[in-house]
Amino acid sequence: MGYKAKFRVWRGEGGEGRLEDFTVEVNEGEVVLDVIHRLQATQAPDLAVRWNCKAGKCGSCSMEINGKPRLGCMTRMSTFEESETITVTPLRTFPVIKDLVTDVSFNYQKAREIPSFTPPADVKPGEYRMQQVDVERSQEFRKCIECFMCQNVCHVIRDHEENKPNFAGPRYLMRIAELDMHPYDVADRKESAQEEHGLGYCNITKCCTEVCPEHIKITDNALIPMKERVVDRKYDPLVWLGSKIFKRQR
Amino acid sequence: MERHEYDVVVIGAGGAGLRAAIEARQQGKRTAIVCKSLFGKAHTVMAEGGAAAAMGNVNSSDNWMVHFRDTMRGGKFLNNWRMAELHAKEAPDRVWELEAWGALFDRTKDGKISQRNFGGHEYPRLAHVGDRTGLELIRTLQQRVVALQQEDEKLHGDPEAYIKVFAECTVTRLLKDGDAISGAFGYWRETGDFIVFDAPAVVLATGGIGKSYVVTSNSWEYTGDGHALALLAGARLINMEFIQFHPTGMVWPPSVRGILVTESVRGDGGVLRNSEGRRFMFDYIPDVFKDKYATTEEEADRWYDDQANNRRPPELLPRDEVARAINAEVKAGRGSPQGGVFLDVSTRLPAAEITRRLPSMHHQFKELADVDITKEPMQVGPTCHYVMGGVEVDADTGAASVPGLFAAGEVSGGMHGSNRLGGNSLSDLLVFGRRAGAGAAAYVDGLAKRPAVTGLDEAQTEALAPLERSGGENPYEVHHELQRTMNDLVGIIRKSEEISEALQVIEKLKERAKNTASSGSRIYNPGWHLAIDLRNMLLVSECVAKAALLREESRGGHTRDDYPGMSAEWRRRLLVCSAKPDGTSITVEEDVQPSMRGDLISLFERSELEKYLTEEELAEYDAAVKES
Ligand SMILES: Cc1cc2nc3c(=O)[nH]c(=O)nc-3n(C[C@H](O)[C@H](O)[C@H](O)COP(=O)(O)OP(=O)(O)OC[C@H]3O[C@@H](n4cnc5c(N)ncnc54)[C@H](O)[C@@H]3O)c2cc1C
Ligand code: SF4
Ligand code: SF4
Ligand code: FES
Repeated sequence: MGYKAKFRVWRGEGGEGRLEDFTVEVNEGEVVLDVIHRLQATQAPDLAVRWNCKAGKCGSCSMEINGKPRLGCMTRMSTFEESETITVTPLRTFPVIKDLVTDVSFNYQKAREIPSFTPPADVKPGEYRMQQVDVERSQEFRKCIECFMCQNVCHVIRDHEENKPNFAGPRYLMRIAELDMHPYDVADRKESAQEEHGLGYCNITKCCTEVCPEHIKITDNALIPMKERVVDRKYDPLVWLGSKIFKRQR
Repeated sequence: MERHEYDVVVIGAGGAGLRAAIEARQQGKRTAIVCKSLFGKAHTVMAEGGAAAAMGNVNSSDNWMVHFRDTMRGGKFLNNWRMAELHAKEAPDRVWELEAWGALFDRTKDGKISQRNFGGHEYPRLAHVGDRTGLELIRTLQQRVVALQQEDEKLHGDPEAYIKVFAECTVTRLLKDGDAISGAFGYWRETGDFIVFDAPAVVLATGGIGKSYVVTSNSWEYTGDGHALALLAGARLINMEFIQFHPTGMVWPPSVRGILVTESVRGDGGVLRNSEGRRFMFDYIPDVFKDKYATTEEEADRWYDDQANNRRPPELLPRDEVARAINAEVKAGRGSPQGGVFLDVSTRLPAAEITRRLPSMHHQFKELADVDITKEPMQVGPTCHYVMGGVEVDADTGAASVPGLFAAGEVSGGMHGSNRLGGNSLSDLLVFGRRAGAGAAAYVDGLAKRPAVTGLDEAQTEALAPLERSGGENPYEVHHELQRTMNDLVGIIRKSEEISEALQVIEKLKERAKNTASSGSRIYNPGWHLAIDLRNMLLVSECVAKAALLREESRGGHTRDDYPGMSAEWRRRLLVCSAKPDGTSITVEEDVQPSMRGDLISLFERSELEKYLTEEELAEYDAAVKES
């Protein structure tokens, strides 16, 4: 049942590091995160890795496995050949703190730059009435577990440090779309999406959608519709005004 | 040493901590939120089913009184009734408030928040978003904190002027000035550097203790830190013997052992079978429930379509009953190959219906266990899920017995009595998180001067000790032995000899924990972190075991093989744990549970209360009823 796997794990801190080789036991049914934990318990007690839920719900254990961004807790060892060397490295777009742990504060910074939910002043708690079909679009985006793998993979900022100040990244552009599609949000988000948060940088390559562990259609359902809304708004301000009046009547 | 001054420091960024911090900030207090993980990752994120609140959106007969009754029944009347009352009354407002902060719950046809059925709740009561309600709750509160920060940026030019999150920062000691709280001491996980919070009020919202058990649905964060911090600061813990084992956790593969299988599987028709193919739950219907549950498979199966004329299937008995039954089947040698029992929905519903109703379970088993639940049964077994016990607090303000200390959420005790109903935790977090935040703010307003921080040297020495020892014990091994011990000896079914044995092992482990050594640097060093956490897990485990040994009855999350019955005498008794002044061991004392207020007890029928109360208490009831 069990076998010895070859692991190559990035180890290091303070800007320096290297890949370290390990041979480690693997038992039936295990995921990559289990193997990392076994390394901690037996060979490398100070090996740093983030995790919480072990069930794909918290988005803590993002790492690059053989170069692909994955959740360590949802990547089964049975998807690899027993003879294969498995290389585990930290997310590339963010600075490494130690081993597999990166500094993801960029994302929290971006989160704070997006203006919050803005309901009409006269609706009181308990008075909200919304139809299921009208909340479903935003609900899809709220499935996001903030694993930041879409942020990590987007070529606009992967290897392009210089774009970081002007680009919110797919997760937060999607947050703008989520609020824009919220039946009770009254803020105008189209212009700022383009001007301040860098929607224009996105050239719809869909790499973000491909890595999303929640299978959110980030590009098709959030980014492209948002781009269309921006265009509509540019040509016809009444379209925007009209949609908001319609929303308020529900 | 890095030092910060705040009015209120909230330890924990789950539902309870965030709601407390939001309240303190809204009351104008400078507030810090400290948490071990990244912001937005706390355990609350894992909650699936929903938040219980008697809004009456689906069945208009629901109201706070029905919810109150259900909660007291669920807790077998051991609950702090004032907490259960406030909880039932305020939960709807707390849920509606989330909606005004941007939460998007599933809807009813008329556009209101939809509510779902759950075990022990008389009416459909759980506000939910599919099976990811906890994520919605935490994200909404997180985004509310961000909204407040944006407000502060406009007003003061600094988003963190009034509310700041210290993420990946672990508190290891509360600091005091004489009797009163004066702050908290901790370390940054990222650098290992120490940090001191200088604050007159601390709100504990650190969640549970599941990591003292091998098989648990809880994450690494649940090392009972808040419980231990409170003990070491001189506060009291109550109800520590009551631990909820959820009947259905995954048992295979080993990597996912303990991960939750939602109750909805059984609600939607899933049945439990042993290795002989028998639907064994029919053999485990306790006398008190005999008239409410079906006795034949035919009747049970009819219930799904016609609930008015048939009784419920016994798979839907309360969590503690089902967990004990599964345990008994496995012990009798009728378990599944990997040590659980079979939970089968594949022969009960068409495949398409299963994937529609239980998408995340389908996904979870497919991805993690190579099991297609539309074609084959799952294997499940009990998993340590929730601790009912915690810091004894004043219901209205969340204040603990130590001045300046407050607690809310899973770390507090009393609200759920001996057994928590599904869905009552998320609402608990909101109701009592808000109250503790307000309580802390009011306490700070009433102070004449700020207390002074003391005890820093001791705190620092203690935290550094594992790094300074070389060639000591491996903390992972000590942890593992504790987990095995608690699982095997103070688990779901307990007996005197086994608990005593566990206490002996805990004593030995305490000695070994003092000798743990962690190699490596102070930078993000999980081995060191675990060595520090061991102190907390050991203290908490000692509370659980000592209280469990004393309580000579079976009730809710505490089952004694040697005392199988429920006792009215014991219902009146609270077991209160406190630490000896040097913090090395635990003492447990008995206290009296206060009688329920007349108007509240009158909400029950005498015939029901007779099952729980002593003659003396029933006389009080008769008097209360006469008066009203
Ligand atoms: C799988 C699962 C499903 C569940 N489903 C439901 C459900 O459907 N409905 C329901 O009502 N309940 C449910 N529960 C229970 C419920 O989720 C928890 O009881 C609740 O989320 C606890 O919230 P909390 O705010 O008390 O603590 P948590 O959300 O656990 O937060 C604790 C916080 O404290 C921090 N912390 C801990 N120790 C320290 C320290 N030493 N220093 C600094 N910070 C610290 C942590 O980092 C974290 O931020 C479920 C539980 C599980 C495990
Ligand atoms: S679709 Fe846009 S946001 Fe997504 S990865 Fe491509 S460029 Fe980035
Ligand atoms: S959108 Fe998907 S990939 Fe991006 S952070 Fe959220 S869950 Fe992760
Ligand atoms: S540990 Fe939570 S997503 Fe992997």
